Amino acid sequence: MDAGVPNHATAAARQVDCPSSLCMAFAETLALDGGDALPSFQIAYQVYGTLNADKSNAILVCHALTGDQHVANEHPVTGKAGWWSLMVGPGRPIDTDRYFVICANVLGGCMGSTGPASSNPANGEPYALDLPVITVRDMVRAQARLVDELGIEKLFAVVGGSMGGMQVLQWAVSYPERVFAAIPIATAPRHTSQNIGFNEVGRQAVMADPDWCGGKYLTLGKRPAKGLAVARMAAHITYLSESALHHKFGRHLQDREALTFGFDADFQIESYLRHQGMTFVERFDANSYLYLTRAMDYFDLAKDYRGRLADAFRGATSRFCVISFSSDWLFPTAENRSIVHSLNASGANVSFVEVETDRGHDAFLLDEPELFRTVSGFLRGAARVRGLAE
Amino acid sequence: MSEMQLATMAADPDRVDLRVIAGFVSPGSRVLDVGCGDGALLKLLAQEKGVDGRGIELSQRGVNQAVAEGLSVIQGDADRDLETYPDGAFDFAILSQTLQATRNPRTVVENLLRIGRRAIVSFPNFGNWRIRSQFMVWGRMPITSNLPYSWYDTPNIHFCTIKDFLTLTGEIDAKIEDAVCLYGEGKRMTQTAPWTIWNLFGEQAVFVLSRG
Repeated sequence: MDAGVPNHATAAARQVDCPSSLCMAFAETLALDGGDALPSFQIAYQVYGTLNADKSNAILVCHALTGDQHVANEHPVTGKAGWWSLMVGPGRPIDTDRYFVICANVLGGCMGSTGPASSNPANGEPYALDLPVITVRDMVRAQARLVDELGIEKLFAVVGGSMGGMQVLQWAVSYPERVFAAIPIATAPRHTSQNIGFNEVGRQAVMADPDWCGGKYLTLGKRPAKGLAVARMAAHITYLSESALHHKFGRHLQDREALTFGFDADFQIESYLRHQGMTFVERFDANSYLYLTRAMDYFDLAKDYRGRLADAFRGATSRFCVISFSSDWLFPTAENRSIVHSLNASGANVSFVEVETDRGHDAFLLDEPELFRTVSGFLRGAARVRGLAE
Repeated sequence: MSEMQLATMAADPDRVDLRVIAGFVSPGSRVLDVGCGDGALLKLLAQEKGVDGRGIELSQRGVNQAVAEGLSVIQGDADRDLETYPDGAFDFAILSQTLQATRNPRTVVENLLRIGRRAIVSFPNFGNWRIRSQFMVWGRMPITSNLPYSWYDTPNIHFCTIKDFLTLTGEIDAKIEDAVCLYGEGKRMTQTAPWTIWNLFGEQAVFVLSRG
């Protein structure tokens, strides 16, 4: 497989230290779960809408593994529409005419927040593997500092899917008094063994690429594009469902009448995955992929509460709306339901909807009217209780 | 809820039990409505009594409608999800017209009594004379306006009579705090009538229970 000439790679590289978005630099130490600390850090973020006078209408959107802060604007590297522009924008369920929306690139990311591709202040070189391992709680800790600096005491809502949903749950547990409403979507209270397994396959693919160079590829002017592309191809299958793949591709052949009896991309699904792999490596840093998948693996909300998830939610005062998708086998309904059951047990205020769809985990990013109706209805109800004007 | 919806609900003789239930709920209390449908009762209770309400509903349509209205409702069922609530979490745990559709009605009622200080249960009375006579005269499974399903597509798998329910309350040591029996177009049967009369003429019953 040829990963091709990286069209966007140079543009993506520029985003690492000087992102095309707002950027908050913190000249302070950030203590991390792993025991280390960052001497300083920066968070790249986007905002949409207007913060009201009493700063009560802010919604924080948390992005997933390969997302970024460009939730509702054209992406500066790919030129594509924001990854959740169906959900966030004027008149959308997360209505930017009504709410002040913040989306920050996670710590460990590669779109401007401090991550493995960022310059290490100690030597000016990219951190690479010298960056301490980041956890979901570390990401949330850094976001909380950003929210502090924006002068917002209490967020009206925190919303996110997948790894973004993990951040939502962490917010509600770490800062219950700062989250009025929480919408964790297609997520889980801990990463399952199966999902850690998938992540490990991805990481091994990256690290097996000779151009990964022990993580020092940026300093050496190389890129483990093939390894990262394979990681993305494998992961992409897990984001869909068997029936969605069948409907979309079946066993259809790619630009040919017959099998070639070789190892070229005979089938449309092969061609599709190769394309997904190639476009991904142009915009994403391989080491970031290692750090962020690791953050998901380490996520286990109940761990600090002797395995009792309900105890983790004991002090949670937020209103919750948990949403899952019927064909999601990466973060299946059962995992989401376990969040609901634990919230029930802790006496929290919780709604739960399973959206019927065959589009798998990816459904949370797609045009799913039932998802939009649920989010907008839940937010409308919460806004009424919060006293936000219509 | 708009005036019109309220009027519709009150006018619907099949769901007049919701009005009766609402009458038993004290203002500002914490309420769990099991099998809450589209959240009509929760909405009524929130608006008229200022309750802090939660719901459980099996159908996705019902849940989505309720959540979209700003109600706190989870998709689930009485058999599976009641276990997850802690003891005494609610002032009232309500089960309206759902008992007969549960797999384990006894466990469900026990759970209601564990979760709520009071359990309010409404159910169709299978001892009603129309049902008895349909079965007696025609030898067929009864179909009435309250219970319109054929035997092969009914969600109702555990029918009981008012007398059966009384026996159950005795078996699980539940105390009957109050009860209302409805007949005709949602009329209330006199409280002094004996159980046998309720059981023969009642179409629906609403019981308020507490732990004995």
